[in-house]
Amino acid sequence: MIIPRVPVQHRRLLPDRRLTGPTPWVIAILMMLTLLAAAAGIGLARSANAIGDAIAGRVTVQIVTANPVARAAQAAALRRRAAGEPYVRAARAVEQDELLATLGQWFGSEGGDDPVLKSLPLPALVDIDFVGGGDRAGQMARLRALVSAEAPGARIIPHAEWLGPVARLIRSLAWVAGGLVLLMIAASAAVVIMTARAALGTHYATIEMLHLIGATDRQIARLFQRRIAIDTAYGIALGSAVAAAILLLIGWQWSGVTAGLAATASLGPAGWALLLALPLLAIALAALTARQTLLAALKKIL
Amino acid sequence: MPRAGDAMTDAAPPRPGGAMVEFSGVGLRYGPDAEILSDISFNLQPGSFYFLTGASGAGKTSLLRMLYLAQRPSRGIVRLFGEDLVAMPRHRLPGFRRRIGVVFQDFRLIPHLSARDNIALPLRIAGVSEEDLAGPVGEMLSWIGLSARADAFPPTLSGGEQQRVAIARAVIARPQLLVADEPTGNVDPDMAMRLLGLFEALNRLGTTVVVATHDIHLISRIDNAQMMRLEKGRLSDPTGALRYPPNRA
Repeated sequence: MIIPRVPVQHRRLLPDRRLTGPTPWVIAILMMLTLLAAAAGIGLARSANAIGDAIAGRVTVQIVTANPVARAAQAAALRRRAAGEPYVRAARAVEQDELLATLGQWFGSEGGDDPVLKSLPLPALVDIDFVGGGDRAGQMARLRALVSAEAPGARIIPHAEWLGPVARLIRSLAWVAGGLVLLMIAASAAVVIMTARAALGTHYATIEMLHLIGATDRQIARLFQRRIAIDTAYGIALGSAVAAAILLLIGWQWSGVTAGLAATASLGPAGWALLLALPLLAIALAALTARQTLLAALKKIL
Repeated sequence: MPRAGDAMTDAAPPRPGGAMVEFSGVGLRYGPDAEILSDISFNLQPGSFYFLTGASGAGKTSLLRMLYLAQRPSRGIVRLFGEDLVAMPRHRLPGFRRRIGVVFQDFRLIPHLSARDNIALPLRIAGVSEEDLAGPVGEMLSWIGLSARADAFPPTLSGGEQQRVAIARAVIARPQLLVADEPTGNVDPDMAMRLLGLFEALNRLGTTVVVATHDIHLISRIDNAQMMRLEKGRLSDPTGALRYPPNRA
């Protein structure tokens, strides 16, 4: 039982002062930050995984043969041969117009009619996706042989080489967020411990009297555990409500992002389930922490 | 005198003919300082009435604290209801405490509970149902003459009324041993005599009573009372044989 059942007559042993102390408010702030950090961590982790999956099996072959006709022929041949290989899931020649459009954004001539841009000797690119779950080194070796045969001098660029550090950075940020969640849970537990000790100090005379008339540690601890668990639950509910509002607002704004790395970030059903479980776990942790703190402190009193 | 809470004890009754309380060579010190109490040895017989006297600072309260299990001795043997309490594990102490009633000079009532709830506290702690405790609490309120003020809170009660509530709380569970630390120190002489009358009535019902006081007039009012005197941490009448006065005129 997270919040222990205590007869109403016993509850009156502690004065009914709810939400007057700082504990519920501090817990509310910590819970809000914990949920936001957890949401950020989950989103980043899912984003890193999505990027990792996307780049792990993809390479781009860059053909830089000087003669544009020969370069286009090599690209077409390579795409055709690669598409027939069993270890290749998809092969696609990147169209020149697509290259020009991408470069045009950088050159400030998005219409693609910039004569300077058109005069540049652009390489021919072939995107190749390997079949998932295979021997990546073996696939690369076989592709290298194929490229040597079809387009000597072409360069194979694994996407993991240039997007990998980004994925690792995102994954690191996810771990940092996870660490923050743990730290804030520890801080919440510390607040509960301080609250329990302060409660024992404030009500020492009552506790001593209860001991003297034969109350057990368990009876006394249940009284305080219930009070602290309820106060903490109020704080957790408040913090969770504010965090939910913030997350919904961010989610609404995020729904407009459809491109780039940001588009890969989402919480997913498991993430939402974890976020929903966190407040309940926090209440249970607070009650357990309060109970252990109280019992340990009561043992020091004869 | 109402009877209630008879089913709440889990410790065995004292041996027939044996002492209810036995102190043997008991010493008490707080920290590294010299002993506050030294070589305390005495027996308390069931159904007797004892006064514990001594000057302020003689160690009366410390001795009583050991008697009502708020303090373990630094050395010596303490047996209560036939069991060694020095080596007794903590979890067994509540069962013994429920057989002891304690009255304090400063009452120690819980201020946010009514007189009725303060009196009912020992029974509630012992797990007596609300149905079963209503009768005894009502009778106890009547016994101490506070039925009309049952719902009053301690800060609104006079000193004498508060002390009567404290006594009612101490005795409602029918303790075998009642310990009172200067119970008349904060009340006027008339009230002191009324309170002493309550203790005497309890003693007649078989409760062993120990009252710490330095009021010599109080001592003279109880027949058959025995006196123990503490001087500088030592008991000057360890056998408890001294009766003062031997007979009331």
